[in-house]
Amino acid sequence: MSFSDIISLLRISLHAMVPLALTAVGEIVGETAGLFNIGLEGILLLSAFAGAIGAEAGGPYVGLLVGMGVGGVMSLLFATINTYWKGTQMVTGIGINLFAMGFVAFGLIQLGAPGFHDVPRAVSLFKIRTPIGMYSPVILLALVLPFVIHWFLKRTRAGLMLKAAGEMPEAADVAGININRIRLLAAVFGGAMAGLAGAYMSVAWLGLVTKGLSAGRGFIALACVVFSGLNPLLALLAAFIFGFFQALAEWVKTLPSKPIPGEFVSMLPYIVTLLVVSGAIGRVRFPKFLGVPYKRE
Amino acid sequence: MSIKEAQQQSRLLRGIHRTLTGLHPVLESLIAALVGLLVGAILMYTWGFDPWKAYFALIQGAYGGSYEWASSLSRATPLILTALTFSICLRAGMFNIGAEGQMYMGAIAAVCITYFTLPPGLHHIVGLIFAATVGAAWSLVPAALKLMRGVSEVISTIMFNWIARWMALYLAIYVLVDPMRAEKTLSIPLTARFPILVPRTDLSYGIFVSIAFALFIYFLLWHTTTGYELRAAGLNPSAARYGGIRTKRTMFLSFILGGIAAGLAGATIVMGLPPTYAIYGGGGLPQLLNMGFDGMAVAMVGRNHPIGIIVAAIFFGGLNAGGRVMQFYGSNPVPLEMVRVVMGAIVLAMSIPELIRLFPMAKKGGQNLIRSLRRTTRSAPEEESA
Repeated sequence: MSFSDIISLLRISLHAMVPLALTAVGEIVGETAGLFNIGLEGILLLSAFAGAIGAEAGGPYVGLLVGMGVGGVMSLLFATINTYWKGTQMVTGIGINLFAMGFVAFGLIQLGAPGFHDVPRAVSLFKIRTPIGMYSPVILLALVLPFVIHWFLKRTRAGLMLKAAGEMPEAADVAGININRIRLLAAVFGGAMAGLAGAYMSVAWLGLVTKGLSAGRGFIALACVVFSGLNPLLALLAAFIFGFFQALAEWVKTLPSKPIPGEFVSMLPYIVTLLVVSGAIGRVRFPKFLGVPYKRE
Repeated sequence: MSIKEAQQQSRLLRGIHRTLTGLHPVLESLIAALVGLLVGAILMYTWGFDPWKAYFALIQGAYGGSYEWASSLSRATPLILTALTFSICLRAGMFNIGAEGQMYMGAIAAVCITYFTLPPGLHHIVGLIFAATVGAAWSLVPAALKLMRGVSEVISTIMFNWIARWMALYLAIYVLVDPMRAEKTLSIPLTARFPILVPRTDLSYGIFVSIAFALFIYFLLWHTTTGYELRAAGLNPSAARYGGIRTKRTMFLSFILGGIAAGLAGATIVMGLPPTYAIYGGGGLPQLLNMGFDGMAVAMVGRNHPIGIIVAAIFFGGLNAGGRVMQFYGSNPVPLEMVRVVMGAIVLAMSIPELIRLFPMAKKGGQNLIRSLRRTTRSAPEEESA
């Protein structure tokens, strides 16, 4: 393994980290307020597709915005069902995932080729040149956002209101906080971040949409959240670890000697996720009312 | 009115009242199905298809005749089992999203029985048991992680789905591969194939495995102590623990039963799938793909009840079978994927409790009806005393 290999491994890890970090940090905000969204996988896929279409229509920035919008709208639906209508969060999430799988596969067929769609190079986002490779500017956001959210949750009034909505909704309600509205806003932010992550994948990073583009990233982001115990900084670290193993899997596949079959290499990120999560559990604590719709007595 | 007549009438009305309140969940499933079909129609319309023609083709292709019924039922066969996986665990208070992976492993296990030669009948049973065991074993690891380390079963089962997918692909491509045709695995020997139930269709006797297992689960959950404990632990774990139920045991049991169901689903697919009775590693396991996820939709619409699941599976099996007809329907070929969009929308609608509340008119009408019935049933015995 030469020096250039290490650099390229690092570069791919950073690229792979971005969608995980954005999604995980968004989900941390949502989970702090008490909403557990397992529909992130579907939101990533839908927004990657929508982002690609948006980019082709109006350039990369429009693509990213459309992705965020689609993510936000899907999350708005999720949050409305699970706050005002007292729905079951798991079931809603499963519904979003199924819907996204079908919709994107359907949409790709309508765009011409079943299964995948290339985003033209002309509309992909500009890249920042650094000594260790070219990066899209979204990576800056992924690196800065966790710190901002950390500060927001710890130090601002709104952040504490979010925490109250997840930890003790009854007390928060008595204090005059509108639980449902605050959960809705938190979920929409989380969805918009997942949407940005999806659009990043199709517009800025991979330059294509496939019907399996999300490849479990939504769930791995959830695993990052579990690992972090709702600390955005630890979530960034977790996202880098999972990104590194995804990069490693890709890198091993390109080796000419093929030391292990590709199928086993592809399992690697998922196995690592399992190991890390089962190691991390026990020391982390989640909001008391995570996943429970708030009902006034 | 004589006393006897009044009694009879009151009994009748009480019966109707009970049926109507019992119908409430059925009504909700129906509304959810309609919402899903409506969302599908709107999407088709916006993409320039004619939803009427498409749904006409779909229904024709699903329930238009005995051939169509047979193919709908054949697609319902594995769905019943994967839906049971999800709903047994949900009854015990767990979200087991792992039916997909457990089904892959069951299917791979079923292919492995090509290595034995056994008389027919015994060979079937050995295949089913082997697949069920492997499916259950695959579900035990997430269960153990949950019990010992507190790992959320949602995340662990999903990670196991991906691991199972790559494992199944590896085994199908390199280990169990047919030396003559590299795109598929070895075919199940004649002695272990389920006979075809309706000639010239792909409906096999595998459907009886599904239905028998669903009835077994129904019996287990509602007519045995174990089943009672399992449901009690799901409804309120702390109360169940206080009442002396070992909730860890019921949780483990629900995962094992779920794994068995998913493993059997894999087996019914492989052992009852003409013409080759094999899985295709080359195409990325097309016959197995998404059967576990669709099963969750079936479980939801079937209200997590084995009998409801059978009905819902016939509905979703019909969607899948009819979708195949819909995508080749003359001037209006809607891709098969639309079916999954409809499924997702149905599940989304199902996640809203008392969906009926969102339709105030229907709710009001139903309530008035029930109230008037209740009034009559109450007043009838009074007459009797007078």
